[in-house]
Parts: sequence; C-alpha cells; structure tokens
Amino acid sequence: MTLLQILVQALVNGLLIGCLYAMISIGLTLIWGTMEIINFAHGEFLMMGLYLAFWLFTLFAIDPLYSLPIVVLVFFGAGVLFYKFVLKLLVHRSLFPQVLATFGLGLIFQALALFFWSPNYRLVRGNILKGNFQIAGIWIGIPELVTSSFCVTAMVVLFYFLNQTRTGRAIRATTLNKEAAALVGIDIERIYILVVALGISLVGFAGGLLANFYYIYPRVGGNFAALAYVVVCIGGFGSTTGALMGGLLLGVVTSIAGIINPAFKYAAVFLVYLIVVLIKPTGLKGW
Amino acid sequence: MYLINFQSKNFITKFVGFLFLLFLIFLPFIMKAPYIKHVFIMVFIYAIVAESWNILSGYTGQFSLGNAMFFGLGAYTSSILLIKYNINPWIGMIIGGLIAATFGIIIGSPVFRLRSHYFVIATLAINEIVMVIFLNWEYVNGARGLDLPLLPDSFKNMTFLYNKDGFYFISLAFLLFVTYIIYKIITSKIGYYFKTIKGEEDAASSIGINTVRYKLVAISITAFFTAAAGTIYAQYMLYIDPAMVLSSMLSIKIVLIAALGGVSTLFGPIIGAFILIPIIEFTRVFFGGAGQGFDLLIYGILVMLIALFRPFGLITLFKPGKNSQ
Amino acid sequence: MSLLKVEGLTKSFGGLIANNNIDLEVEKGMVLGLIGPNGAGKTTFFNCISGVYKINKGNIFFEGKKVTGFSPDRMCRLGITRTFQVVKIAEKMSVLDYVMAGAFCRTWNTAIAKKIALETLAFVEFNLYEKRNYLMKELTLSGKKAVQIASTLATKPKLLLLDEAMAGLNKKEQEEAIALILKIRDTGITLIVVEHVMEIIMSIADRIMVVNSGKKIAYDIPEKVANNTEVIKAYLGG
Repeated sequence: MTLLQILVQALVNGLLIGCLYAMISIGLTLIWGTMEIINFAHGEFLMMGLYLAFWLFTLFAIDPLYSLPIVVLVFFGAGVLFYKFVLKLLVHRSLFPQVLATFGLGLIFQALALFFWSPNYRLVRGNILKGNFQIAGIWIGIPELVTSSFCVTAMVVLFYFLNQTRTGRAIRATTLNKEAAALVGIDIERIYILVVALGISLVGFAGGLLANFYYIYPRVGGNFAALAYVVVCIGGFGSTTGALMGGLLLGVVTSIAGIINPAFKYAAVFLVYLIVVLIKPTGLKGW
Repeated sequence: MYLINFQSKNFITKFVGFLFLLFLIFLPFIMKAPYIKHVFIMVFIYAIVAESWNILSGYTGQFSLGNAMFFGLGAYTSSILLIKYNINPWIGMIIGGLIAATFGIIIGSPVFRLRSHYFVIATLAINEIVMVIFLNWEYVNGARGLDLPLLPDSFKNMTFLYNKDGFYFISLAFLLFVTYIIYKIITSKIGYYFKTIKGEEDAASSIGINTVRYKLVAISITAFFTAAAGTIYAQYMLYIDPAMVLSSMLSIKIVLIAALGGVSTLFGPIIGAFILIPIIEFTRVFFGGAGQGFDLLIYGILVMLIALFRPFGLITLFKPGKNSQ
Repeated sequence: MSLLKVEGLTKSFGGLIANNNIDLEVEKGMVLGLIGPNGAGKTTFFNCISGVYKINKGNIFFEGKKVTGFSPDRMCRLGITRTFQVVKIAEKMSVLDYVMAGAFCRTWNTAIAKKIALETLAFVEFNLYEKRNYLMKELTLSGKKAVQIASTLATKPKLLLLDEAMAGLNKKEQEEAIALILKIRDTGITLIVVEHVMEIIMSIADRIMVVNSGKKIAYDIPEKVANNTEVIKAYLGG
C-alpha cells in the first residue's frame, strides 16, 4: 500500500471507531452537564451492556443487532434506578462522596461480573455482522461500519431532540443554569431522571453495538472509560457536540499514531489532551 | 488544626499513640512470622502514600484520583536507574521523587486555574494514559514488568533478601518522617494557605494567596513522597509492572484509605491503612482464586458505604459535628 | 500623589460595557462612598481595581505605580484588598485560622501571624476574639462579615474595598459596623465603601462617587451629591 493509502485507511478506521468513542462519551457528558456529577461507573455500565448483548445472543440466540432495542430499554430502566438509588443521594453532596460512590458502584459491577461470569474473555461468534469489503483499496469492516452508522444516526436523533424539542431544550436549559431553569417552571427532578436514563441507555446502546465485534470481559470497561474521560475533557463538560468532536479526534489520533508505533497510541492521546487543555482548559466546546 | 484538637483533647490519646508506636517498633522481635511483617510493611507503605495524597487532596482540596501515577513513576524511575545504570536505589528514590514532582507541576499548571472538577478528571484520565503508555513501552519492558537485580543485602543498597525486618524498619521510619514533615507543613504558612484554598479560592486570592502557585506546591510535595514510597515498594517486591504500580485501582485504594481514616486529618490516613490493608490482604488469602471477585465486592460496598454515610472518615466518629457535608 | 488613581477604566463583557471610561483619584486616608442603582457596575469596578477582572481599557495606578493587570493576590501584597458582597469565607476553617491566613500575607512566621490575627480579632470586636476557635459556618451573618473584614485587615492593607458590608444586618449590627469602619479609617487605612443605605454613606463618606449604567455621573462631597439632579434621576428613573 502506498503511504497515502495507509494514511487514508488509518483515517477511515479512526473515524469509524471515533463514532463509538463519541457515543460512549455522550452519556457521560450529559449526566455531568445537568447534574454536575461525573459518573465513575460509566465504563462498568458499558461492560454490562456488552455482557447483556452477549448473553441474549448465547442463551436466546438473539442477534446483537436485534437485541439492541432490548438492551436500550433495559438500560433506560437501569438509568432510572441508578438515579433513584444513587445519584439522587449525591446531588447535594460535595465532589468527594460523589466520586467515591459512583466508583464504588463500578467496583461492585466489576466484582459481580467477575463472580458470575469469570474473568474469561468472551466473544460473540456467528452473528450477522461480520466480514469486510474494499472500496478503492481501503478495507472497511462491516461490523465497524454498521456500528458507526448506528452511532451517527443516534447522535443525529439526539441532537434533534436536544435542540428542537421542548424537553430537549429544557434539558439544555438545566445544563446551563439550574436555578434559572427551575424558575421558569422546569421540573428539575424530571429532567435529572430523564438525562440519567438517557445517558445510561446511550452507553448501553454503545455496549450492545460493541458486542458485535469486541472482546467481552469484566475489566473491559476500564479502557473505554479512560478514553471517554479524555473525550469529555477535550470536548468540554456538558457539550454533546464536544463529545462528538472529541470522540472523532481521539479515534483518528489513536488510529494514525497506531501506524507509527502501537505503543505510541496512548502517548498520542496524552499529547492531544495536554495540547487542548493548555489552549482551552475547559475543552473545545466547554465553558 | 485537628492535631491540636487531638492534643488538647486528651493526654490519653497521645499516650496510647506512643504505646502503639513502641509496640510497632518491637513487633518484629515478638512476632517472627514473615507474613505478619509483610502485612505491616504494606500498611506502612500505603499509609505513606495516603498521607501524601492528603496534602493535595485533603488539605488543599484538589481531589486526585490518579496518585498511582506518582507511585509508579517513582517505582519505575529508581528501578530503571538501578537496572540500566547501576544507580543506588536511595539516589534513584530522590530522582524519582523529583521527576514525579515535575510531572505533577506539568499536569497541574493548565488545570489548576479551573474549578476542582476539572482536576479530578484530569488526574483520572492522565493516570489511565500513563499506565497504558507504560504497558506498551519496550524500554520499561511493557506488560512484562521489571525484575529488579538482587544486590547484596544492606541498608545502603535498600535490599534485604532473606529477612523482612530491614524493610519493616525502613518503611516505618519513612512513615514517621513523612508524617512529621506533613505536620510541620500544615502548621506553617503553606499549610494555612492550603486550607484556605480548599475553603474558598476567590477569597483566598483576595487575602494574598497565589492559589495556582500553592496548588503546584501541594502537588509537588504529594508527588515526591508518593514516588519515594514507590521506590521502597519496588525494592521490597523486587518486581514491578504497570498493573501493580500504575493502575487506577491503586489510586482509588489510596483515596479509600485516606477516606476511611479521615480526610484532612494528620493521623486519619494512617488509621485507614491499619484498617483497610489487613482486610484486603486477609481477604485475598482466605478467598483464594474466587477472592478475585469477592475482595472487589467488599471494596466496592465499603467505598459506597463510606461515600454515602461517612465520607470524611471514621475519625468523624470521634469528632461530632465534622460530618455535615 | 494620590493613593489610587484610575484612568479611563473600561470593562466590557461581550457587548455589555459594565464600566465605561471611569476616572478616579482617591487620596490617602479618605473614605470614598460608591453608590449607584442596581447593576450600575459597582461590584465590577471593585473587581477591576482588586485585580479579579482584567480591564479592557485604561490604567490603574497605586501609590504612583502602574498596577494594571496585576492579579488579586499581587494587589493584596501591594496593599489593596476587598470584601465580597456575598460573603466568601472558608466555612470549615476556624475564625482564628482564617484570619491567620490573611496575616501570613506579611510574614512566614506562624507565631507572628497568630499574634497579628488575635490583635485584629480584638480590634474588629463583634465578639470574634471570644469566638476565635469557632468554625466559620457556626457564625451568624454579621459574624461572618466581621471575619471577612478581619481577614482583610490582617493583610495590613493600605486600601480596603468594602462591598455592601451592611447588607443583611439589623439596625444594631449596622451601627457596630459603621463604628468599625470609622475605626478602620482612624488607623490610616483608605476605604472605598459600596453601600445602598443612603444615610450611612452620607454620614461616613468624605466624598461620594455615583455610577449609573457603567458611567461615573457624579463625584463630590455628600451634600452636593444628594442634591445632584442627575443622581436623583438615576435613582428615581425617568
């Protein structure tokens, strides 16, 4: 392959995986934006999404593609529970209890996954999405392509929802200024429930998609969570467009850095993070 | 501040503390079991790290979820210097501390101008990245880790191959040293400035405190001592890899220890270490392979309980009124 | 040479000009009252002079030296310090510790800082000396305001900016506050006081500066300002 072809391939791969990074990060940034709580169990929710899709496939032979709506619905409910039993207690507390509590929850999820499903790596095999094809010399994986398309579609729907619907605007208003939003009659608690449920279902969605082609094990959440935090830092806390930009950026950066040297991938992430934070500490689209 | 309360509170507390210290000093001669000594060494090392964390996060209020990166930087620096350049571990410890402190300043500078939330996530994100970098870096042997060379036993070499007493006393002495330094710091101008920054940053600058500068001071001190503890750990274990010394699990453990014992108190982190580390060690031993999931479960539940009910430590059981927040 | 000289100070936020080309000279030992309708730009002005905001145009001179753009902590070391309208103090620190933090502005020695702090607490009264080991959150509003003032006094300022010190105080507390302000002035510290209660300002100020919509519309002795038609219009509208 020519150098140009290699670069374009890396770019394509990067954009594809970047969509997924963005998808994972959007839930995180939404919850942060409205409730000002950083969900440190985010990676573990992703992991649970992966396992749910896996077991639906393994035990009930429902292809991950078709189980997606089930996963999203389950996670919507999980989000509501998460709000009611955890986040609600944390809203008025300081940073410290918030961090500890959500991190603790993440540990519990990991522990349960380890206990019930062992540390063994799982993989969905024989599902619909598989294989790849070539366009103009560039290889594109079908699972990755479909996954990214779903992510993009979901994000478009989300942006429409946030900007064009009444509820969506209410959410944005709450993100910008809670007191003011309450004063104009927005029911803050309902917004909280909605946002958390939405955020968690989005990460479940991502997990369900990822299950089509990624290894599944109890600690898998960690790597993605790490990237998600960086995406949110780069994109700006509370900004969904920022999460999209950050996700794509990191996808491309890791992909291209990976060609130079696989070890360099994450060092490149660090560099990008430092550069962004030095230029605009609150993130590209943050305030 | 709270130390002063402690002292004026009762002579009994001081006396008990002194007796406990005597007990610790004579322990290796009373209990010969190597495993007991091992647990205590771990307690001491974690206590040092938790005490150091407290400077930046407890007293100055800059919550760090990534102190493992300083620990790992210290461990790796002294180990690499020893393996590749034959540099004495004590010197390596100082160099490791300086490198960690510099690193702390680099990552602190851009983020300290912002609200604390940004710093938290920065520490988390950077910790993760640093670990992954080390996992993939050939120079430090990546995921395979480093085996430290077996030097002849001596204090000068920070090596004791056949007897745990050496490390027991080194880590205990270092713990006492660090605690003393921290005490001196928090009763000095720097300490008062730290507390004011934690309390109210805007007001702090209007009464003459350069908040960014002092946060950088805080992170350097924290980084230095944490890294030094990392060196002691590396020399003791004689093997390190990224998962052991750089993981976010370690970072959380540090926070948990400090939280359990009492954030922003002088002895809280030490108490926390004495409670949590033995629990973790014994759980691992008794639950064997399945302990993998189980000790994490205990962990997680403990963390959540502390967070929801006693986020500022067990020490609040002794000081009513401090628990509102 | 005046203690504080402000030339053409302009501060804008996006399209909104909060302080518009303000000139001011404050003599040493003076009590300057700063008044104006809500939103006139008084607190913004304080934030500009104390270094919290970077001004867009103009210059600030303190004791003849140009201090434009200096940070708040640097301003404090030079001798300018301020209190906040909405009391900003460290809730979980003790009164003494917090005032000591202010005292450390001038020394590295803990014993000396403690001495300065205790003296300042005694000076400020409001029972603070007796309450020196209380945590700040245990104080009433007037107590907190007094501590705020004490902490600024401990930095040994030459110029003290008081932003609505009287807000939220009852009549008796206000009287104590006025007495304190005059006591501070008597020690030689120059004061700029933002206040809404007219009688108070009239009684303690040597000069009054009136701002409206970001512009300085009057600067004179209290009696003249009270009769200034533009000032009256600004407050009554129309």
